[in-house]
Amino acid sequence: MRPSRLAAALIAILVLGGGPSWAQDTIKIAYIDPLSGPGATVGEVGLKTFQFLADELNAKGGAAGKKFEILAFDNKTNPQESLVQVQKAVDAGARIITQGNGSSVAAALSDWVSKYNERNPGKELIYLNYAAVDPVLTNDKCSFAHFRWDANSDIKMEALTNYMKDQKDIKKVYLINQDYSFGQAVRKAAVDMLKVKRPDIQIVGDELHPLLKVTDFAPYIAKIKASGADSVITGNWSQDFALLLKAAADAGLQVNWFTYYAGGTGGPTSVKQTGLNHRVFAIQEGSANVDHAASQATEKAFREKYGVSIFYPRAFNQMRMLAAAISKANSTDPNKIALALEDMKVDVFNGGEGFMRKDDHQFFQPMYIVSLGERGAKEPFDEEKTGWGWRTIARIDTKDTVLPTTCKMHRPS
Amino acid sequence: MAELVFISTLNGVLYGLLLFLLASGLTLIFSMMGVLNFAHASFYMLGAFFGFQISRWAGFWPALILAPVLVGLAGALVERFGLRNVHKHGHVAELLFTFGLAFVIEELVQIVWGKSPVDFRTPALLDFPAFTVFATNYPAYKLFMLVISVAIFVGLFVMLTRTRIGLIVQAALTHPHMVAHLGHNVPLIFMSVFGVGAALAGIAGVIAGPALVTQSSMAALLGPILFVVVVVGGLGSLHGALYASLLIGLLQTFAIAINLSLSDAFAGSSFSPEPGTLLNDLWRVSVAQVAPILPYVLLILVLIFKPTGLFGNRET
Repeated sequence: MRPSRLAAALIAILVLGGGPSWAQDTIKIAYIDPLSGPGATVGEVGLKTFQFLADELNAKGGAAGKKFEILAFDNKTNPQESLVQVQKAVDAGARIITQGNGSSVAAALSDWVSKYNERNPGKELIYLNYAAVDPVLTNDKCSFAHFRWDANSDIKMEALTNYMKDQKDIKKVYLINQDYSFGQAVRKAAVDMLKVKRPDIQIVGDELHPLLKVTDFAPYIAKIKASGADSVITGNWSQDFALLLKAAADAGLQVNWFTYYAGGTGGPTSVKQTGLNHRVFAIQEGSANVDHAASQATEKAFREKYGVSIFYPRAFNQMRMLAAAISKANSTDPNKIALALEDMKVDVFNGGEGFMRKDDHQFFQPMYIVSLGERGAKEPFDEEKTGWGWRTIARIDTKDTVLPTTCKMHRPS
Repeated sequence: MAELVFISTLNGVLYGLLLFLLASGLTLIFSMMGVLNFAHASFYMLGAFFGFQISRWAGFWPALILAPVLVGLAGALVERFGLRNVHKHGHVAELLFTFGLAFVIEELVQIVWGKSPVDFRTPALLDFPAFTVFATNYPAYKLFMLVISVAIFVGLFVMLTRTRIGLIVQAALTHPHMVAHLGHNVPLIFMSVFGVGAALAGIAGVIAGPALVTQSSMAALLGPILFVVVVVGGLGSLHGALYASLLIGLLQTFAIAINLSLSDAFAGSSFSPEPGTLLNDLWRVSVAQVAPILPYVLLILVLIFKPTGLFGNRET
């Protein structure tokens, strides 16, 4: 190698390889989520949210005398890639991992973190899951190192079906979900719960499509149309939701949509295109228009800073509880943080009490069924500049969201 | 049912024609240079992003003309200064060159436009339902895509079979030395064909950009399917590319509409695998669920039973 090339290579290594990782005494949180590819739209919003939260907490002095630092790792929504990235995160000094997009990724990470903790006593990691909702993560595959802040898929479906059972005009339901653990969990819960609550409802379609690979949903929409469905249930997120609704808008499909993630990037825009005013419902742990002064002030600040709305109130709960746990334990040791988090009670982002159940590390909080459409006088915020905003249709109290768990947690001795 | 068949046919033909716009360039380049251009789908992606950028500045219609021209120029430059030099070192070097080029283009696109999808909208002029069949709207923009694709196919076909340029190109495909001896500039022909092939991919990119998603992974999503089209149709055969494109477009669209599984097909038989076993999973999986892999199954079948492809005359 000639000297000039060698110099160029060295400069390249310095420029590309050196991160801001020389900051010594910070609480490093590794954010492992898609920052490229089809999942990137939601991954980037998540990263902004965590950055915002780190700034907010640091402005108050951080926790246990240390500041928070977010390290971003791109996993391309791929479980194998995530394991490479989590190793990089550990090498960079992070002992707190957070991830949310994709239960397939979450299952791989949770498994990896548990094994890592067994093999490296004294150097344990903690995994804070802010959005992956496959129930199995807090049931059969629960782990001491894993904590979940989003309501799991079964809790959400329970709430959605409780609402649906009183809607007498729902006769034919179509299920369309992503073909992986989470999508299958949604479809199974929907079938099982509707069978009990509304045996007269006919399930006219039960579709699974590849995760984040479909770019044109027109064939699926044609099929929904042909089935004669009046309502569709979908757990689709990110691009898979936005494009599904875009195709529905193009075809002029007139149905009610019962969704998990209508609020994700691009979602409200395509909902507006369908013209389905207050006929697209979502089950989430809050919304911009929940009448609660503190969260609305934060919403305003967040929008001014990033130009997008808060999609992850649960991330606020997660980070604020993490800071509280570190302060309470007066330590950044993951095992001590974990113990401090157990049974912790907090006032959640949109108001009301939430708690972290010790048995399975599932967080319970008030849930909201909201619909997107034209705004009333008390609904100040719209979504994605469409003019349409969230309206609260039903609020489910924390105690009514509690479901039993089959978790038999292996706790550190 | 008639409704589903009609809409699926339209969707399938549209997807097929889009594939053809890409596959036609790929197959022409292959027949001329004997090289499968791995970066071909990247030109399609470049077309979409150029189209997006120009439509920001000057509107959609100038973008429809300018973006493919720019992509074509980029293609010509790649041939002139890249491939032509690599050609001396044989096919493997050429393959590796195009393979690397695909990564370079993807990284460049990510640097310039970012990693998440860009907001490439359908032009307002075409943003309305063209017609309504069985209470389903068909968007005008999709009809427009259909018309453009058909027009380009007809234009390409006429040019290749009815004009002097086409004659020379076809001759250069099979007898490059003879054509050179007759006084034609064969390297220039190669460069032009590569440029035109890239431009065709560019057009596909511009018109597909607003309808599908303009993002840095779009080349990787479409690339593998292109090779299926070219191999199934027969390497180097334009006819083959057309039929294979339509076949795959329809196959994928209709497969999604079919809910049948093996267990339905053999509903009368007493055979029923144990629940929870792999066989049971296979037995119950519906055609709709395996739709995305059907083109690759077709690829394997063609390679086994007719390696020349449906219309090709050389071994893959």
